[in-house]
Amino acid sequence: MTPRRRQLVTLVIVAVTGAVPWSTAHAGHLPLNDAIDGLASASDDTITESVAKLGALDDPQAIPALDALMDDRLRQGADGHAYLWSPKTHDTLDPLTGKVVSAPRPLKEVEVSNEIRRVAAPVLAQLQLGSPDAAVRLAAAKELSSGGAGEAAALLHRALARERDPKVHEALAVAIARVDLGSPDAEARLAALEVIGKSANDDFLSTLQQMLAPGDNGAPREPDPRVRAAATRARDAIVSHQRFVSLVGDLLHGLSLASVLLFAALGLAVTFGLLGVINMAHGEMLMLGAYATYTVQTAMHGSRFYLLVAIPAAFLATALVGVLLERTVIRHLYKRPLETLLATWGISLGIIQTVRLVFGAQNVSVANPDWLAGGVELAHGLVLPWARVAVVAFVVVVSAAVWFILQRTRFGLEVRAVTQNRAMAACLGIPTKRVDALVFGLGSGIAGLGGVALSQLGNVGPELGQSYIIDSFMVVVLGGVGRLAGAVAAALGLGVVNKLIEPAAGAVLGKIVVLVFIILFIQRRPQGLFALKGRVEV
Amino acid sequence: MSRLREMHTPRAWALLGGAAILIAAVIPLVAPDYLVPLLGKFLCFGIAALAMDLVWGYAGILSLGHALFFALGGYGMGMYLMRSIAGEGVYRSELPDFMVFLDWKTLPWYWHGFQSFPFAAVMSLAAPGLLALVFGWFMFRSRIRGVYLSIVTQALTYAATLLFFQNATGFGGNNGLTDFKRILGASLHAPGTRRALYVASAIALVATYLACRFVVTSRLGRVVRAVRDAELKSRFCGWDSTHYKLFIWTLSAVLCALAGALYVPQVGIINPSEMQPSNSIEMAIWVAVGGRATLLGAVLGAWLVNGGKSWLTAAIPSAWLYALGGLFVAVTLFLPDGLVGLGARVRARLVARRAAKAPAPAVVPSGPAPTSPAPP
Amino acid sequence: MRHTNLVGLLLAGASVAACSQPPAAPAPGAAPAAAAPAAAPADDKGPIKVGILHSLSGTMAISETSLKDVALMTIEEINEAGGVLGRKLEPVVVDPASNWPLFAEKARDLIQNQKVAVTFGCWTSVSRKSVLPVYEELNGLLFYPVQYEGEESSWNVFYTGAAPNQQAIPAVEYLMGKKGGGAKRWVLLGTDYVYPRTTNKILRYFLHSKGVADEDIMEKYTPFGHSDYQTIVADIKKFSTGKRTAVVSTINGDSNVPFYKELGNQGIKATDIPVVAFSVGEEELRGIDTKPLVGQLAAWNYFESIDNPTNKAFIDKWMAYVKKNNLPGGDKRVTNDPMEATYIGIHMWAQAVEQAHSTNVDAVRQAVGYQHFAGPDGFDITMDAENHHLHKPVYIGEVKADGQFHVVWKTDGPIKAQAWSPYIPDDKGKIANWLYPWACGNCTAAKFGGGTVTASK
Repeated sequence: MTPRRRQLVTLVIVAVTGAVPWSTAHAGHLPLNDAIDGLASASDDTITESVAKLGALDDPQAIPALDALMDDRLRQGADGHAYLWSPKTHDTLDPLTGKVVSAPRPLKEVEVSNEIRRVAAPVLAQLQLGSPDAAVRLAAAKELSSGGAGEAAALLHRALARERDPKVHEALAVAIARVDLGSPDAEARLAALEVIGKSANDDFLSTLQQMLAPGDNGAPREPDPRVRAAATRARDAIVSHQRFVSLVGDLLHGLSLASVLLFAALGLAVTFGLLGVINMAHGEMLMLGAYATYTVQTAMHGSRFYLLVAIPAAFLATALVGVLLERTVIRHLYKRPLETLLATWGISLGIIQTVRLVFGAQNVSVANPDWLAGGVELAHGLVLPWARVAVVAFVVVVSAAVWFILQRTRFGLEVRAVTQNRAMAACLGIPTKRVDALVFGLGSGIAGLGGVALSQLGNVGPELGQSYIIDSFMVVVLGGVGRLAGAVAAALGLGVVNKLIEPAAGAVLGKIVVLVFIILFIQRRPQGLFALKGRVEV
Repeated sequence: MSRLREMHTPRAWALLGGAAILIAAVIPLVAPDYLVPLLGKFLCFGIAALAMDLVWGYAGILSLGHALFFALGGYGMGMYLMRSIAGEGVYRSELPDFMVFLDWKTLPWYWHGFQSFPFAAVMSLAAPGLLALVFGWFMFRSRIRGVYLSIVTQALTYAATLLFFQNATGFGGNNGLTDFKRILGASLHAPGTRRALYVASAIALVATYLACRFVVTSRLGRVVRAVRDAELKSRFCGWDSTHYKLFIWTLSAVLCALAGALYVPQVGIINPSEMQPSNSIEMAIWVAVGGRATLLGAVLGAWLVNGGKSWLTAAIPSAWLYALGGLFVAVTLFLPDGLVGLGARVRARLVARRAAKAPAPAVVPSGPAPTSPAPP
Repeated sequence: MRHTNLVGLLLAGASVAACSQPPAAPAPGAAPAAAAPAAAPADDKGPIKVGILHSLSGTMAISETSLKDVALMTIEEINEAGGVLGRKLEPVVVDPASNWPLFAEKARDLIQNQKVAVTFGCWTSVSRKSVLPVYEELNGLLFYPVQYEGEESSWNVFYTGAAPNQQAIPAVEYLMGKKGGGAKRWVLLGTDYVYPRTTNKILRYFLHSKGVADEDIMEKYTPFGHSDYQTIVADIKKFSTGKRTAVVSTINGDSNVPFYKELGNQGIKATDIPVVAFSVGEEELRGIDTKPLVGQLAAWNYFESIDNPTNKAFIDKWMAYVKKNNLPGGDKRVTNDPMEATYIGIHMWAQAVEQAHSTNVDAVRQAVGYQHFAGPDGFDITMDAENHHLHKPVYIGEVKADGQFHVVWKTDGPIKAQAWSPYIPDDKGKIANWLYPWACGNCTAAKFGGGTVTASK
């Protein structure tokens, strides 16, 4: 052959041999690409089919696309292909490579319904079983253990074989147990029941009850007596675990409610205990604190750290309002507590109306920052939300701070002196009028901090304070005037008792029982749980 | 005879008689149809204000739960009105409508008997009275006073509100009792019935006023005022303050219930929001505006505040709450004796000025209204 | 003492005299200055007065203020097109302040004193029940735009909101079906008042008729303004273990926020336990953080996200009105089902007046039935002359992160309302048909001419 011809032949051979893998590679990707593009279709049926196809293909490259589908981050470009949307950078990404590409506009949003999510979640979980991240594998295993495709069994066994992380191992075992429970082999069922009993996962409760309940012919549905015995053991284990978890749950809910009550009542305990002033506008201080949080959140455009700014802002704002109130109205009414009640009620009406006019009668939305969202799962079925944990921690810190201020600072000394013997304190040079104003400011400021906490847990509207004022009074009256410990004990007691009664009697009856209990308690012990002689005499 | 003199001077009796005739006889004849229920409502508020004045102005007990007695009286009458239309409701059942949609099959035991007007009338007054008696006995026996008492009464009324808001309690829940058609056979929508109810309320108001006046000018009234001003001292003087306070408290509760019972047929609906703490606080402000421990002042305050409310909620709805709130603050700060007290003070100053100018011996002005109650 | 008496009596007399004055003219604001109480009623000249009876303060202000605004917008639109019978419409706005007795008082004032030709108003069933006797006594006309529990049909009321068979039942059927997740267990959670109680009663009978046993139904109620749902959500979690569960929520107003927040806190996703709500619409979503709600459902007869030209025109008109009148909320304002119902109701009434050549209530009432209107929901909406309810389509939507709804299911066309639910045994055979020969809103036999009652489709 001439050198020229040899070059030509080499070229052809290289081209052909190069083309084959290239074409097969390309051909191998095509179904995956099609399925992913199908995810961005406008038709729900196409999307469902594409999800099923991706499940059959079992290719982990599909994970980003499926994840985006679940998260409403999938977009369809004008060319009909699917793209991932990054909400932070507003970029479109290629679903397979994850690189930034420019998708032909206009982009169409892919509207996902629950039906699609229900189909896509197990497929995504199945694909994620092979993920390097243990947390992702754990979530996937949990998703599959609460129900998934039957064909996943083989997959699960494979994943279990290579799993090293103990938590994921356990979750996978439970998922396999669910599948095995329906197996015709009695040994497999027994093994499954062992796993289920140990995990005490109450998702299985109704299945177990079904197994033991009489079927159509009168005999229990489960034919094998050993399996029946194992099922009974497993069911009992689950029931007792459930009861324990319920009790712990109620106690934790009670603690959470107690923290809210304490926040609402702490400021009132300060002003009532130390000044003898019944402030019916106290609820509105809570409300102003919540609105201050909302304002800060809006001003900081929803930054993650708005709470750090909101806390001092709310405290200062409400403290100022409190001091203003004291200087203008309350200070004239010290000798007349009943009149103070009426006057502060009138002021509360004015405050509510002002907030309504400025912010609107509508509730406003205060979103939890992302580091407070979600919760920690203490046991299966018992989730402790971070927001509530934060509120409990916050109230502990604030109570400690108040105690410190009152017991260990000069200001606190002055306050206590003025409370115990005003005339003498004045003689000793303590500026009683200023102390009065500052104490009122402190009490209102604490209520403002309570408002910050409330904004994370519930509604923020102009009438927020009205729903907490009675509870605050109850805590203060029950706890006794003048002692911080009283308010803490009362809040704790009321919160826990309320939550322990509630599952049996319902929310309303629980509250009524608590109120009646307080009324009766005051008969026996009018001075409350812990009483200190203050300005207010009983 | 001297007892009557003790209550009022002849001149005052004459003026009172004139006012009574004006309110009870003249107005129902001349007022236009749509105003009659509104004015009737005001009369009932007047009765409630008298009750409140009795218990706060004269006995020094600031009750934030009187709306509860008002509402219970209203519910008693409402139950009678509901029983009287049995079979004519939406579901054509013997049971009131709300029980039908709750799927109840029989009347609860506490509804029995309310088809008879005398029974219902007695129960409207007796049930709140009994509740007040029991509650008051516990409270006063434990020597609970002042703000603690106010807070505890607020708790009671709040608990009752929660209870009545529940449908399961059997009083119509949030809807309350409504859709009344007849009272004692007469249609509630006929103008004649409306005027008759108005006259009944007017008569009740006059009777209540006379009864209150009788009580406060009696020896019992003087003891009550002593208890209000200095409880410890009066106990040491031998007066059992608990009994006196309990009497006034129960009497005032019964009067409030009377007001409620007359209120409901004229308004056409009773629901748990009538017993909310905020309603009780408003009653207190009626008395404060008019003048505590002056019975007429209480009635006057009730009319002024409610008249203002009707007018302002139509004229400037967004500023109405400022007006009410401002009224609370202004009255407590600047008018501790209320408008009547203000009037008396103005008059006293005028008389004193005239006396200072004239060389003749000074005319002793009739004393101003009793001072505001000392703190407990 | 006698001097104070004298002063007191004089003041008392003066106050009574002052109170005898009729209440002053109603609120200014967007309404044109209403004249002093007119001596001349709706005669042939001059503007036609239209009453607007919605709470502008108090707990219901949150929901009802938008209805007042959209009513004023519609009246303005009609006036710009020439008015009705050549006369302008004059809105008379009053504020019953979420106070039920005050509703009745204001209604009486509107009819007898202000002499309005029609009223558009009310939201809660309590308010409607308290004004109903007034309208029936004085032969007034009320258009009620909110979804409600049925079990009512009045000669003097036209219901432009949904009855249970136009909202609740289709929603439950959807959740039962495959698309909705195939729910086998049901939690009926509501606020404790007549609408949730009656709706849940109907739903329970309906579920029985579909073979759902009582132990698979959990019914719970919370009071208005309830905010602590920890225990209830924990109970729902427990109830749902092992069997597909769905929650039907008739929770009203404020309480929805803490409920959904708690669901999110305890990790309940819409794909696990779907919650369908009947009182959560675009307006309610406007005030809350929608993150925990994404995927949860609502059933209405209209959503702002419905894509058709009529709806687009409606929304544009509304946003322009908001901008022109500087309403609070600005461009964050939304449209929702009761607003659409108000819009349709006012137009239908205007059409009826034109047709009857009169504002006389009896004449207009005859003409309102059979009226057609192209609703923003995309269908030709008719008013049923028999039971005074609108025929309405049903939409089921899932909440999106932006506070709008993604429609996942809808009926093919408007469906007729059943004022008396066929599922409640006590309602068996009850008919609401104001036409001859039945002429009643609540009867089992015709008033005229005897004969049996045939159930209408």
